[in-house]
Amino acid sequence: MDLSFSQEDEAFRTDVRKFIEESYTPELRARHARSKHGYIDKAGHVQWQKALASRGWLAPNWPKEYGGPGFTASQKYIFDVEMGRAGVPHTIPFGPTMVAPVIMKFGTPEQKKRFLPDILNTNVLWCQGYSEPGSGSDLASLQTKAERKDDHYLVNGSKIWTSVAQWADWIFCLVRTSKEGKPQEGISFLLIDMKTPGIKVEPLVLLDGTPAPHQEVNQVFFTDVKVPLENLVGEENKGWTCAKYLLEFERGNPYSAGLYRALNKVRAHAAETKTGDSTLDKDPDFRARAADLESQITAMEYTELRIFSALSTGGNVGPESSLLKCRGTELQQAISQLAVEALGDYVFPFVEDGMIETNEPPVGPGYAMTVAPYYFSLRKASIYAGSNEVQRNIMAKAVLGL
Amino acid sequence: MDFSFSEEQTLLRNMVQSFLSDKYDFETRRKIVKSADGWSPANWGQFAELGLLAAPFPEELGGLGGGAIETMLIMEQFGRHLVVEPFVETVVLAGGLLREAGSPAQQEAHIPGIIAGETVWAFAYAEPQGRYNLADLVTTAKKDGEGYVLNGYKAVVLGAPWAGKLIVSARTSGGQRDKDGVSLFIVDKSAAGVSTRDYPTTDGRRASEVTLENVKVGADALLGGEGKALPVIEKVTDEAIAALAAEATGCMDELNKATVEYCKTRKQFGQPIGKFQVLQHRMVDMFMAYEQSVSMSYMVSLKLGESDSERVKAAAGTKVQIGKAGRFVGQQAVQLHGGMGMTDELNVGHYFKRLTMIDTQFGNVDHQLKRYSEAA
Ligand SMILES: Cc1cc2nc3c(=O)[nH]c(=O)nc-3n(C[C@H](O)[C@H](O)[C@H](O)COP(=O)(O)OP(=O)(O)OC[C@H]3O[C@@H](n4cnc5c(N)ncnc54)[C@H](O)[C@@H]3O)c2cc1C
Repeated sequence: MDLSFSQEDEAFRTDVRKFIEESYTPELRARHARSKHGYIDKAGHVQWQKALASRGWLAPNWPKEYGGPGFTASQKYIFDVEMGRAGVPHTIPFGPTMVAPVIMKFGTPEQKKRFLPDILNTNVLWCQGYSEPGSGSDLASLQTKAERKDDHYLVNGSKIWTSVAQWADWIFCLVRTSKEGKPQEGISFLLIDMKTPGIKVEPLVLLDGTPAPHQEVNQVFFTDVKVPLENLVGEENKGWTCAKYLLEFERGNPYSAGLYRALNKVRAHAAETKTGDSTLDKDPDFRARAADLESQITAMEYTELRIFSALSTGGNVGPESSLLKCRGTELQQAISQLAVEALGDYVFPFVEDGMIETNEPPVGPGYAMTVAPYYFSLRKASIYAGSNEVQRNIMAKAVLGL
Repeated sequence: MDFSFSEEQTLLRNMVQSFLSDKYDFETRRKIVKSADGWSPANWGQFAELGLLAAPFPEELGGLGGGAIETMLIMEQFGRHLVVEPFVETVVLAGGLLREAGSPAQQEAHIPGIIAGETVWAFAYAEPQGRYNLADLVTTAKKDGEGYVLNGYKAVVLGAPWAGKLIVSARTSGGQRDKDGVSLFIVDKSAAGVSTRDYPTTDGRRASEVTLENVKVGADALLGGEGKALPVIEKVTDEAIAALAAEATGCMDELNKATVEYCKTRKQFGQPIGKFQVLQHRMVDMFMAYEQSVSMSYMVSLKLGESDSERVKAAAGTKVQIGKAGRFVGQQAVQLHGGMGMTDELNVGHYFKRLTMIDTQFGNVDHQLKRYSEAA
């Protein structure tokens, strides 16, 4: 056991910090801070991702042959920690961390050439068309159908909860190509250009209250949408294999760095909050709450370190990723709740669209506007990417053998 | 011992229930919230006509002779429908302060207007630095001839955009957090020197930041003894806590019912999700949290007239219960609705938001635990 990093690793850390300092500009930070659900606007994300891409850092997990940076396990960890600590915008995952690995594994050489470079350089943004109104946790029951015609699939149906579909150039979809056999057996994985006639994107307003055009999720409707046969990934009716592979590949990034940052932000706000002749950060109850959360984050951090060191010696994350997802999201939620409690009465003022800049001074502290909305918004974290109930089912089965 | 309601009380509850069922469904509420003013004066007039605004006032003040139980019954129904109109602000808070501290002349001048639905009131007690401490006041009232001059800033004054009259707490003597030296003043919102910045709130209401700049009021504006207002404010805000507790139980019960119903009908993996035992247990926990909250709501409504320390324990304990239960029920109702629970379209999130705001109002769980431990 050894907790230290090598000199090269520390030099890398300095490099990453310098990059963040230069690229996460004050203007971008300010816009990011106005978001009530975590996404900035499209321009903000593209600006940030292009900066990462210019260093070859957009897709730290990609193999070198596709343009990945070839980080060592330590570098990858340092990279994630530094990004988390700085609270940089998250990389929109649907292209680089979701569809790209599927294309690498199952795609044709033409598909790889056509799609991967544009993902790596953020020339093209993707969204994820998995969930449907009737199919969430039970994804395999999906109904959006694709009928094979001469030179195309004819797609009809709808996808829901599609994050940032309003920005996306492309959507990857699970569609039903057959009703034979088990539900999993008739699913195919299709890449669809969002400009194809017959696609309609309708915004959905969530609990943070942000309306179009800055909403987080959408419903996407497909009416007689013609998709070229060449946009099928893998074999027809074998899309479930791609879908599962995607989930498998989506190894949770470490949460702890982001959690420390979120908690420290609450502490900083508490230091600005008067209570009696002191400030809230000195209040024993608040300190105990923060200490409790911090020690839980530490448990998370060392769990991540154990998993990460096992990986560097050829281990496999496997079902432990469910552990990270449950604990990570539950801590995100707990911290956001402490933020609400720390704020006090200034949780009341409501700003409908935080991304619209105004000259009006804020009501209450400048950071107040996003605190309650983000707490409400973060309830999503235990619902999406496989609900925490479903994650616990997985652990019960795959880890405990129940 | 008897936990049943009188015939009049049952009638009152049924009346509120049927009125709101007819006139205050969720879509109607949404329209009210989105309207320019953000409330419905027509509903307010109806509340007056139905006697709701008179219900908790004693008969000698022109009321119907009810009290905390009547308020509880009304507020529970208001919680079920997420009523935004300022009953707590006008009837419970301003009405309570006038009842407790008002001179006969003040009561005669102001209570009939409340009962008739003519005047809406708001209570401007909080200040940015105060953090739930009702005595932490920078706002001052200085003697000026017969009257007073008020200067200061009041934060998050709920219902103020709709109000004609404000009751303002201000310091007439002593240091910033002294218990003595707190006074109450009746201030016309239109008085010279009063300015407001109005805004919508997270839970679909309206509030204001209120600035008082050399606001001159007469001697008759002083409500209660000069410098002696803190005990009155504490008592009446505890009555408001009891009202909010009842409202919270209404919110929780609606969430629990909606969640059980949803889990019976939503199918995944070929079965209603309510068949999954982990969700069943969750819903049972939500049910238990609700039942404990109802018990505390009754308890506090019965104990508001007791000694200060008993009343404080009752109110603080209740606030802790509804704070914790409200978080749990709100969060889990969203969780069990999955993506649907996250939408603004469904009422579930709106109950969750209201419960979150109720937890904050007059001090959240941590604050009330401190208060309880100091009173016990
Ligand atoms: C903000 C947000 C963004 C999203 N972005 C995307 C996106 O970009 N693309 C996309 O395809 N999808 C997206 N989703 C959808 C998300 O993946 C689904 O919401 C999720 O899979 C849950 O499905 P559901 O909403 O239909 O809930 P349901 O599956 O109906 O679940 C309802 C409740 O039942 C529970 N439950 C279900 N099955 C079981 C079981 N077997 N045992 C115990 N409990 C169970 C769930 O845990 C949940 O509490 C997003 C969702 C949100 C909220």
